[in-house]
Amino acid sequence: MSESNDAGLDADGIGSVVRPYILTEGRQRSDGVRLDMVSVVIAARAEVDEMALEPEQVRILELCRRAQSVAEVSAHLDIPVAVVKVLLGDLIGRGYVLARAPYTTESPVNRDVLQAVLDGIQRL
Amino acid sequence: MASNDSDPRASAAEEERIPAAIKILIAGGFGAGKTTMVGSVSEVAPLRTEEVMTEASLGVDDLSGVEAKGTTTVALDFGRITINDDLVLYMFGTPGQQRFWFMWEELALGALGAVVLADTRRLETCFPAVDFFERRGLPFVVAVNCFEGAHTYTAEEVRAALSIPEAIPVLLCDARSRASSKEVLLTLVRSVADRMAATA
Repeated sequence: MSESNDAGLDADGIGSVVRPYILTEGRQRSDGVRLDMVSVVIAARAEVDEMALEPEQVRILELCRRAQSVAEVSAHLDIPVAVVKVLLGDLIGRGYVLARAPYTTESPVNRDVLQAVLDGIQRL
Repeated sequence: MASNDSDPRASAAEEERIPAAIKILIAGGFGAGKTTMVGSVSEVAPLRTEEVMTEASLGVDDLSGVEAKGTTTVALDFGRITINDDLVLYMFGTPGQQRFWFMWEELALGALGAVVLADTRRLETCFPAVDFFERRGLPFVVAVNCFEGAHTYTAEEVRAALSIPEAIPVLLCDARSRASSKEVLLTLVRSVADRMAATA
């Protein structure tokens, strides 16, 4: 589409694309694990061999001491979601991170969950 | 609860300390107040993430084709509400323009529902979102953000102008107000519950 080139492309578009691509060593997707924007991830172990990891992965592990979504990891580290998914997929594959899939259309929320959501919003 | 939709690598026991997430989309045209609404109910200041995408990567989390021309960086603002130890709700402000449809697919996947935020100064900007959610069968409500100085319409006038069926709630709101935005979210979740009861 010809429209895809306008306002959405930021000024340093080239840089912000090339850098993450190098960061994931050219891999195009994480093997095996299908992560969603709101898959929740948490660090699986306390001790980490930092030398065996990318600096960005070490930062991800620090952040993931508290459970949070893929989108939050992306926002806090200022790395695009697609790249965070690859880095996380690698960490999951190596046992550093655990992930919980979000509710999906295949496993829809039940009435108890909906009631919990209603109560939670009401408490705000 | 969600033990059967888990990642196979996390065992059931391990999973118990990881909350599951639910997402709600807040869609609307540029300047309709999406981020304002997210911020008024979120427990944290709205966060921003970026998706780097091309048409080629339609709904797929890979970077193939990124080197090709036509790469788009789309910023998404989102917030969170911790429901309980086991459940977190995320709200994503979703760019309403038709050219971002390719990313709506992924965002809409598994979403609980959507709020279409209508701006009465530019009502037509929410047509694409209404169309999209209708086609996908995703539950949604239309919330008319009442801007100061803009002519105020009734919910029924907006319903008529957008041809929204009776079954879909249309309500007026002030996206800056937590109470008002809460009411919008509650209306959406109740309508999801009603739909579930109707199909049960």
